[in-house]
Amino acid sequence: MAKRLVMGNEAIALGAIRAGVGLVAGYPGTPSTEILETAARENPGDLYVEWSVNEKAALEVAAGAAYAGMRTMVTMKQVGLNVASDPLMSLAYVGVKGGMVVVVADDPGPISSQTEQDTRHFASFSKLPVFDPSSPEEAYEMIGAAFALSEAHGTPVLFRPTTRVCHACASIEISEERQKIQPEGFIKDPKWGIFPRLSYLNHLHIEKRNPMIGEEFSHSPYNRILPGEGKLGIVSGGISWAYTCEAMSLLDVSPRCLKVGTPFPFPESLALEFLNGLDQVLVVEELDPVLERELVYLCGKHHLPVTIWGKLTGDMPQAGENTVESVKKALANFLGLSLAEQPAPALPQLPVRPPVLCAGCPHRASFYAVKQAMKGQKAIFCGDIGCYTLGNAQPLDMVDTCLCMGADVTIAQGLYRAEPGVKTFSFIGDSTFFASGITGVVNAVYNEHDLTLIVLDNATTAMTGHQPHPGTGKTMMGAISRKISIPDVLKAIGVQSVVTVDPLDLAAAVQAVQEAAAQPGVTAVIFRSPCIAVTKPAPLFKVESDKCIGCRKCIRELGCPAIVMDGKKAAVEPSLCYGCSLCAQVCPVGAIVREEEKA
Amino acid sequence: MKTSLNCLLCGVGGQGTVLASKLIAQSAMDQGQQARTAETIGMAQRGGCVVSHVRVGQVVHSPLIPLGQADLLIGFEPAEAVRCLPYLKEGGTVVVAAKAIQPVTASLGGMDYRAETMLDYLKAHVEKLVVVDGDAICEACGSSRVLNVALLGAAIASGALGVTLSQMEETIAQRVHPRFLELNRKALQLGAGSV
Repeated sequence: MAKRLVMGNEAIALGAIRAGVGLVAGYPGTPSTEILETAARENPGDLYVEWSVNEKAALEVAAGAAYAGMRTMVTMKQVGLNVASDPLMSLAYVGVKGGMVVVVADDPGPISSQTEQDTRHFASFSKLPVFDPSSPEEAYEMIGAAFALSEAHGTPVLFRPTTRVCHACASIEISEERQKIQPEGFIKDPKWGIFPRLSYLNHLHIEKRNPMIGEEFSHSPYNRILPGEGKLGIVSGGISWAYTCEAMSLLDVSPRCLKVGTPFPFPESLALEFLNGLDQVLVVEELDPVLERELVYLCGKHHLPVTIWGKLTGDMPQAGENTVESVKKALANFLGLSLAEQPAPALPQLPVRPPVLCAGCPHRASFYAVKQAMKGQKAIFCGDIGCYTLGNAQPLDMVDTCLCMGADVTIAQGLYRAEPGVKTFSFIGDSTFFASGITGVVNAVYNEHDLTLIVLDNATTAMTGHQPHPGTGKTMMGAISRKISIPDVLKAIGVQSVVTVDPLDLAAAVQAVQEAAAQPGVTAVIFRSPCIAVTKPAPLFKVESDKCIGCRKCIRELGCPAIVMDGKKAAVEPSLCYGCSLCAQVCPVGAIVREEEKA
Repeated sequence: MKTSLNCLLCGVGGQGTVLASKLIAQSAMDQGQQARTAETIGMAQRGGCVVSHVRVGQVVHSPLIPLGQADLLIGFEPAEAVRCLPYLKEGGTVVVAAKAIQPVTASLGGMDYRAETMLDYLKAHVEKLVVVDGDAICEACGSSRVLNVALLGAAIASGALGVTLSQMEETIAQRVHPRFLELNRKALQLGAGSV
């Protein structure tokens, strides 16, 4: 077995394949996306993999297969679990036959997310066991244990990596073996239909079962005590455990430690063994004080004279990521060590560099067209989740609201009812439209709201790395399926006017928006132009500097990263330009021209 | 390969830092070492600041390099190299591409900065500094996408990476499509020539 450089997300997929998973379903979302992509790429031939239309669909598809005895895995990011929480909460009561692991990636920081929610809470809320890997290596081993536990107890199990585990690579020995799981098939039984009486009985069963799993976890290899000196101890889990180890090694200290890999049901007897003889304990974790509350509870329950330091006591940061530095500082403070103050180097003034729409991105043209069309009129622009959230930045400034997947369509309807005189627009991407936009449009048509829907159709799920969706006609099994047409869906719902236009044709795009906005009721403009990352660039543009009058209109109005000022004239940076032509259409003196096509 | 190496790569989303960090880690593994990396993936990839951490050695816990612990800093852009300078250990090496990439915010606000200001700061604060004319190398190779490999070439020639050019070539051959192999080989050599 050779060691491979494997990303945490790849390790999870490879570990699941080794454990005999038969179906993987999910919806893309940073930092979880590569798990499902790896499962599809490394498909041993008998594995079914799909990008489902959203997380709820993915979880239900996987549950169905698990009812029939198949081992299944669902992947999503933390906010995806909000979408999938309806089936999850009930499935916790109904249970499964085949092992089912719901992988939910949390994003401390947050680095690429709307919230810093903690899936470990979802575990205790739904009463489901949860695994929390601290490294890619551990994730590879742990996912197999998660399947085994799921099957042994007939319950779905949560698996919660965080960004720094998902997107870290490590040297891992990957086994070629694959557990053979022969699904028994679906056996009809009243237990598969959730009813109040059954839920009452299952609730009793779950409350009896969970302390038993907690006891099992006290003997799990993923929870362990590291012996150490003194009356002060450290508790940690997840990636924070890696930071804690590094900080202890930098400080050259070795207090007694408890590393927790299964936060719920909490391994109480192991924790009691750890607490025995200690005076004070520092808890190092990210997101919410989950381990900390368990320890405070345990100390209260057993009248232990141990003080718990952590987020609740203000000794650890309450939001954002931990780092080796922040943990080292907290550790030194806790252990009463003085740290040599590192003088912060005085750096020159540095440019701020927020993420932006790529040069040539068709979304820039779409936002610009709507902005031009509505110039001088009162309008509110409701945005959504995807690359096009970046339409918020100056100079476009075209995202007045952004809440969650699909909310652009429905927030706009509420705004319209509160202020009927103000025109409302909803901007939604093609993948988001299928994931959770359609019901919002049905609501608008049914309840007779006034709304112009702008569909930004770039033929891919761009932000998460170009996954296919129902409008692309490609599946993760490599098959070509029937493309679902967004205009046809909108017409079928009863949207009054549905126009499809190329946003890179500025005049036509502006006119289409003006016409759609002028009509009452629900109207839609579909801006169709593929993402530049999946198309070849067109011949590039250049500024003829003798013609350029240095008015900066191209920079001021478009904010394209490929256009910079070179002295008093604008210039196009050829390594970034994609040849979209928008700047040439905006230039008042025709100074931006297409380069001659190279032979 | 050295028994332990902390290498930080930084730049602007889209410059190819992720592939470069994978090549360094893979090359270390090809020499029998353990490696660990951490990447910026997600929203910041769209033209924002990106940082990759590569750590080589037996006892490495955190995927992120602590401040002041990087043996080598590879800056794909001068301002980003300055931003990440606190990661560099005393006496560490910096390999940096000479060209500034102006963020839209700077162009809009008329707050463009000069690459020279950043390079001067680096010269004043870093003893072992290699400045790479990435534009010239990309032009010579006929591709704007080889900056990452050119910087690897320079890092190897500086001696701070602990692998040889031929070892890196082998690693590249395993990971890059044969069609682009010659191109990458040329960029690697030209990068090495800038030291």
